[in-house]
Amino acid sequence: MPRGAEAVEAAIRAANERGEAAFIPFIEGADPDPGLTEDLLWTLAEAGAEVIELGFPFSDPLADGPTIQEAAQRALRHRPTIPFFLEMISRMRRAGFEVPVVMMGYLNPFFRLGLRRFAKEARKAGLDGAIIPDLPLEEAGEWLREAKSRKLAAVMLAAPTTPPERLEKIAQASSGFLYYVSITGITGERDRLPDDLALKLDLARELSPVPVAVGFGISKPSQVKNLAPFADAIVVGSAIVKLISRLADDPKRMLREVGDFVRSLKEATVRS
Amino acid sequence: MSLPDKRGHFGPFGGRYVPETLMPALFELEEAYRRLRRDRAFKQELDSYLRSYVGRPTPLYPARKLSQALGGHLKIYLKREDLTHTGAHKINNTLGQVLLAKRMGKNRIIAETGAGQHGVATATAAALMGMECVVYMGAKDTVRQEMNVFRMELLGAKVVPVHSGTQTLKDAINEAIRDWVTNVETTHYVIGSVVGPHPYPMMVRDFQSVIGRETRRQILNLEGRLPDIILACVGGGSNAMGFFYPFVKDQMVKMIGVEAAGEGLDTDHHSATLTVGEPGVLHGMMTYLLQDHVGQIKGAHSVAPGLDYPGVGPEHAFLKETGRVDYVAVNDEEALSAFRLLSETEGIIPALESAHAVAYLAKIAKDVPSGSVVVVNLSGRGDKDVASVREYLRGKGRA
Repeated sequence: MPRGAEAVEAAIRAANERGEAAFIPFIEGADPDPGLTEDLLWTLAEAGAEVIELGFPFSDPLADGPTIQEAAQRALRHRPTIPFFLEMISRMRRAGFEVPVVMMGYLNPFFRLGLRRFAKEARKAGLDGAIIPDLPLEEAGEWLREAKSRKLAAVMLAAPTTPPERLEKIAQASSGFLYYVSITGITGERDRLPDDLALKLDLARELSPVPVAVGFGISKPSQVKNLAPFADAIVVGSAIVKLISRLADDPKRMLREVGDFVRSLKEATVRS
Repeated sequence: MSLPDKRGHFGPFGGRYVPETLMPALFELEEAYRRLRRDRAFKQELDSYLRSYVGRPTPLYPARKLSQALGGHLKIYLKREDLTHTGAHKINNTLGQVLLAKRMGKNRIIAETGAGQHGVATATAAALMGMECVVYMGAKDTVRQEMNVFRMELLGAKVVPVHSGTQTLKDAINEAIRDWVTNVETTHYVIGSVVGPHPYPMMVRDFQSVIGRETRRQILNLEGRLPDIILACVGGGSNAMGFFYPFVKDQMVKMIGVEAAGEGLDTDHHSATLTVGEPGVLHGMMTYLLQDHVGQIKGAHSVAPGLDYPGVGPEHAFLKETGRVDYVAVNDEEALSAFRLLSETEGIIPALESAHAVAYLAKIAKDVPSGSVVVVNLSGRGDKDVASVREYLRGKGRA
């Protein structure tokens, strides 16, 4: 089984070949506590996730709405470290966990560990890549080099404000997939997505050599169903994080309901 | 070569570490700024407001009584930013940025504020230009600085308390950035210090450089030579950057930036980012930060609310690394002593922030060669601080 950028891209393409968009759930690592993160990852995998985004909590999450901010605050009480999650992933890989996992986190904790060291240890542990939302193309040189040398997915982001020629450059630098931010704004559930989103996704997929995932604001199976024909993959974060937070006191029920919810989102990725 | 470079870097520091959504807005802002700073009409408009509205040039005052109190062997001057409209240097920047925003066709202004000084200065400029203004302020700060909240409201601004994180300045910046990410097409974010992503550190420095340019001209008139030492307090570092910048190439001028050591550098309650922090990325810039060993940002503390920030302008980080500026720290007690000293000797109640610069001068005065010309940037007045100083002294049983 390959790992890294290749595994991430292959998992998305395989779903596309089955006539589905790939489904990518996000959870915040160590929320509500570090012991549950591993159980949650297994649950997400069993519910049909093609790729998983594992958030590394940061004290100042400036691209996130209240739901993920609060999750980060809860998680930080446990003083999580990147090596803790790498060890966890490594253990899970040995136990047969195959779904690609990319870590999503703000730059400073990765920078503090060292981007070279992070890339090396991620590869060794079986983490497949990272998404760093405050590292735009102009500043990403070192990370892109390190990720490439370890064949990790360096997932870059494009936004509705990104002009097409810039989007093309970002997509060419991105590996695993390109993360297209659906809305001009921060993470969190929205009742309405922009009217021109399908059009924007068409253009992004035309310009991108890697699959295009859409995220931000998506929380319901009906939204997933509407977007499935226009995206190679769909990311849902805050809605899952909210469910985890609501059931934090009852882990068994939490795992069951998260599983059911993710299954319903995954089912909605079938392009009819 | 003049810094920052094309990508907004000061050596390894600075840059644009922001979500992609904001990148096009930063390009647009940089382009508009580069165009307008050479535009004669824009410069004339800004200069005219600085003269007739802000009260510039501010005086360079020979502080003879303070000089006497510190041994009588120095010629100490105070650059009187405390005499500007709204009472601090902040207005130099907010007027510039709000005028710029207006030229860019943005009709909504947002800002963050800690103690409220930058919020008040932004609300003032927005009122003058007839623009909508929203100010984000940590929930804790809205309580501590209630009067400034009211001042901003009087000026027509909406103040939004921020309840996330430490509920102080750094969280107010996070929230302002979130607003900007959401409303970037209609909104200009007026950052209050030489911090944030490029082009802010450059732009705010340029708007604040009027302080140093005036000082240079004034001291040459008064003394016929450049000063030996200049000092300013450093939180984010805008007053210091604007004060230092026109002297950076004058190698004979020694420059000292004074940070807040709060309750002591060996405690977790200080804001001495350059003195004891380490490089990292926060609020769109690579710079020195107060952070833990895994890269989470720590809270900052100072008796001076305007110094209470766990980051610092990237150009200061660069000037520290090149050794051009010395960065030092004085604690709350030392700053309060200087607050009293200046009040008693000169009849000038300084902002607690500015009192840090005076405090460091008081600390080293006896070792400074006789006849030296020293200029302290008195970045703001202390009216805003009298209540908290009274409380502090009462707590210590001394008032």
